[in-house]
Amino acid sequence: MADLDMKILVVDDFATMRKIVTNLLRQLGFKNIQDADDGTTALAKLKEEKFDFVISDWNMPKMSGLELLKTVKGDADLKDTPFMMVTAEALKENIIAAIQAGANDYIVKPFNAATLEEKIKKIFK
Amino acid sequence: MKAEYLNPFLSGTVNVLKTMASVTPVPGKPFVKKDKLSKGDISGVIGLTGAKQGSVVVSFTAGCALRVVSAMLMEEYTELNDDVRDAVGEITNMISGDARKHLAEAGLKFEAGIPTVIAGKGHEISHSSDGPCIVIPFKCDGLEFFVEASFDS
Repeated sequence: MADLDMKILVVDDFATMRKIVTNLLRQLGFKNIQDADDGTTALAKLKEEKFDFVISDWNMPKMSGLELLKTVKGDADLKDTPFMMVTAEALKENIIAAIQAGANDYIVKPFNAATLEEKIKKIFK
Repeated sequence: MKAEYLNPFLSGTVNVLKTMASVTPVPGKPFVKKDKLSKGDISGVIGLTGAKQGSVVVSFTAGCALRVVSAMLMEEYTELNDDVRDAVGEITNMISGDARKHLAEAGLKFEAGIPTVIAGKGHEISHSSDGPCIVIPFKCDGLEFFVEASFDS
């Protein structure tokens, strides 16, 4: 079961999506949410403090979500952090790339609180 | 432009706004746009490559943008500020993504760039493709927005 106090990092270069995902997580009862506006900022935060879950966009400048995922999964201290990709790209090859890189799951935009909850429950069951 | 190219943008628009803003846009009759003048006051533009080169524009009247973004972000917006601009860009991105998913299922693979947003009454947008620009008008609680698509012929 997902702990409502778990520390979640939301990563997206669009402020709108960071706000939407944060709002949806709060609707679901999660309280401890931080955000980052790109992969490099996210990586710095992950190295600084322990997060229990990362939700990251795919398409971002500087460091893409896929690059962030690969870096996290290649890091001895971070590799066990559950990681979900958020993508407008529902193309099969992208989904395969994310899963092969170690994503626990992915969620395709647009989505609502119910879909997000289902995905989180699946990851943390 | 073939219906197989246009219909995914119509269904993508409805899906995105229903899911993210809990509004149900009602499409009107598509028409060919003959000039560069934007139909709305704030537009998200995204370039597409792959099966064909093209571009998609989601253009909101000011009132419609404020209505939709306020619903999406669950707070009241009264002016076209940076948050609203950002949200219009993301709406454009999501509509493009949803449409591309359905186009890919039909064997038409596209990739999209990062959207840009242009605001201001009377702004103009040029599509770089040589095909016609088809506009799908929508109404959302009586407020208008438009989705334009143009691809190389």
